Amino acid sequence: MVPTNYYIILSAILFGLGVFAFVFKRNIITIFMSIELMLNAVNLAFVAFSQALGKLDGQVFVLFVIVVAAAEAAVGLGIIILIARNRQTLNVERVDLMKL
Amino acid sequence: MTASLVVFFALAGLAVIGAVSLILQKHPIHSALSLIVVMVALAGLYLLLGAEFVAAVQIIVYGGAIMVLFVFVIMLLNAGVEEHTNISRLAGPPGLLLVVALAGFITATIVRTTAGVQGSSQTGAMASTSGISNMLFRDFVYPFELTSFLILVAVMGATVLAQREKP
Repeated sequence: MVPTNYYIILSAILFGLGVFAFVFKRNIITIFMSIELMLNAVNLAFVAFSQALGKLDGQVFVLFVIVVAAAEAAVGLGIIILIARNRQTLNVERVDLMKL
Repeated sequence: MTASLVVFFALAGLAVIGAVSLILQKHPIHSALSLIVVMVALAGLYLLLGAEFVAAVQIIVYGGAIMVLFVFVIMLLNAGVEEHTNISRLAGPPGLLLVVALAGFITATIVRTTAGVQGSSQTGAMASTSGISNMLFRDFVYPFELTSFLILVAVMGATVLAQREKP
């Protein structure tokens, strides 16, 4: 029987690594993947609390999060294809159309 | 040290190594493969937590569908090695410190506020999946129908965004 705190600590570590990848990486696809990493970390916390409280609400919420992540991936990758086609780059520092 | 604790530490180490590898890899396809390692490790943790339906969905939807979409787009756009400017490379060490502080703060807050949650009754293996379906189609039926609408809108949006405009 693993204590719930261990899962929460792992979830926080993964979330932190996701935040770091989000602000540090320069490739737009990798930035998008780090968002998925953060969503996964939150899912782990949901399932851990669901087991600790003996209720299934957390697991149902995880299913909704996965559905939203799938929809987000479809739309986001469409936007990435559009950016790559219009600006011929995947580096976010080159996508500066709205910069003064 | 019980067997479940050993399995937990093995899977947790695998997940953290995958996440660190996602950051360190220069090529997006290697980052995508690292993310798949994280997702499979998390599916193992869900099995350990007694949530086998969520574990199966994690493998099929996340590790399968979503990551195939990512790899497909990386191949389609022929994404190369990412380039860093000097300033963005300089931002690494202070950013890492801030991230450690953030993870520590989240952990401290949650652990402090949930000290009384430990050691509740566990749901059985079969009760988990049938219980989820009961909740999903009874208590959460309106959100469930709304997500189907969300998927429809997302598919239409992706199609409209990615199509080539007519000359």
